[in-house]
Amino acid sequence: MFPDALHISIREPINTAVQALVVNYGFVFKAISHTILQAILFIEWILRGLPWWVMIIAFMVLTWQATRKVSLVIVVAVLLFAIGALGLWDLAMQTLALMLMATLISVAIGVPMGIWLAKSRLMRSITLPVLDVMQTMPSFVYLIPAIMLFGLGKVPAVLATIVYAVPPLIRLTDLGIRQVDGEVVEAATAFGGSPRQILFGVELPLATPTIMAGLNQTIMMALSMVVVASMIGARGLGEQVLNGIQTLDVGKGLEAGLGIVILAIVLDRITQGFGRSKLEDGQNG
Amino acid sequence: MAEIEIRNVFKIFGKNAGEAMAMARNGAQKPEILERTGCSIGLNDISLKIGASRIFVIMGLSGSGKSTLVRHINRLIEPTSGEILIDGKNVLDLKPRDLRDFRTHRVSMVFQSFGLMPHRTVLQNVVYGQRVRGLSKADANPIGMKWIETVGLAGYENKYPHQLSGGMKQRVGLARALAADTDVILMDEAFSALDPLIRTDMQDQLLQLEKNLSKTIVFITHDLDEALRIGAEIAILKDGKLVQVGTPSQILNTPADDYVARFVQRRAGAEVGHHG
Repeated sequence: MFPDALHISIREPINTAVQALVVNYGFVFKAISHTILQAILFIEWILRGLPWWVMIIAFMVLTWQATRKVSLVIVVAVLLFAIGALGLWDLAMQTLALMLMATLISVAIGVPMGIWLAKSRLMRSITLPVLDVMQTMPSFVYLIPAIMLFGLGKVPAVLATIVYAVPPLIRLTDLGIRQVDGEVVEAATAFGGSPRQILFGVELPLATPTIMAGLNQTIMMALSMVVVASMIGARGLGEQVLNGIQTLDVGKGLEAGLGIVILAIVLDRITQGFGRSKLEDGQNG
Repeated sequence: MAEIEIRNVFKIFGKNAGEAMAMARNGAQKPEILERTGCSIGLNDISLKIGASRIFVIMGLSGSGKSTLVRHINRLIEPTSGEILIDGKNVLDLKPRDLRDFRTHRVSMVFQSFGLMPHRTVLQNVVYGQRVRGLSKADANPIGMKWIETVGLAGYENKYPHQLSGGMKQRVGLARALAADTDVILMDEAFSALDPLIRTDMQDQLLQLEKNLSKTIVFITHDLDEALRIGAEIAILKDGKLVQVGTPSQILNTPADDYVARFVQRRAGAEVGHHG
């Protein structure tokens, strides 16, 4: 046995700190929570407000833009139609709204962070271990404090999803920028490009395929958080899965599970398509 | 029009630069300094005068510091100590904004593996220097087209670099440097990646351009034939030290030491280049 005398506990200080945060700064978190909630509700309002066929056409157009493959456009339409046919349309739109919000915030945080990591070795050595923690820490560990700070419902779900889903985007943005051919950057510098002109005119465009791969990973991970998020009161497909399991209704759980898989496949193909189309332009010939 | 003077330039790679500098000043050799301080000597007390409006060749084997040296002229690399003067003004005194200005207006560069932007068309690549200066597309494109025609790539302006052959890519690189309208052009092993026939073509084209435009061209190569063919003056580097500077015939007839002599030997009896 490990000797008791050497036992150190960080339990109490952490508990006190979280409690102090809730008591003293509750209003700050409430404000943040309110803002995010309004944004989610707005996205939800659009997605749920549009007729189903408009949504399907919109997805078909996106797929066409991304892949230029007629077959995939048809597959996407059929898959989305299946979601509706399974009676999951409204739930799927709620899940999609949650995921979109988490992805938007992830991009807003992840891409600038990735750029910073690529530019600063110090920043990278500090951030990479933090990303490891974010990815491996069981999500319930931060779900509970998230509930204490932001209340039950969609907001802590979105935030927990971001914690889990943003690391690949940061990593791949960093990687993408560092992978840009050094001589091309050198040439841009030699012709007098400013750091900003080089970042936006050379580095980011050339890193786009890698960044898109990161975005793809972020979306996939966000979707896989859907069931966990439903445990803290986020509605949508995940809630249905949870319901199914709790009532031993295997069929219901599987239906909703299929809905999540379909959303994942559709979004995966679209984001991959956007990443790849640029890559192929750059390599074939 | 633009005269370049390099004065006592040292470049030391590594953390212990101070100690390594002191050793280099006292005449220590590259391997000895590396062992004692862990620093690698890039350039060891280089002083050079590069005359305006001609082709000056810097020659040496790989690792001799020639690419490092040429990058000091537009400060892609900062020297550890020394001065770099262009028309009497020290480049090292330039603030970031002035340095960018200097790069867009005074010095352009051609790279060994072209350094073209794969996501831009030939025309967009060629006008990059002009666009960075703030010129509008409408103003920059005619300039770009003129130089694309000059290097013989008319009709390819809307292609992407990956659609071109190596020789064509380097013509784009050359057109980009010319379109920037600077009076100094640095060429870092610009033709080394090209096959021999295209290489000779490009050398001819460069000589022709030089005749018409009278630019100061600093040309890096590891190939003696190329150096003799295009250089008005040649500097030879070894281990970051300047071994000899002279006209092609001086280099051929009175090599300064064994190193230069070995370079020249294989050419014994051969004719001297145009500028001779």
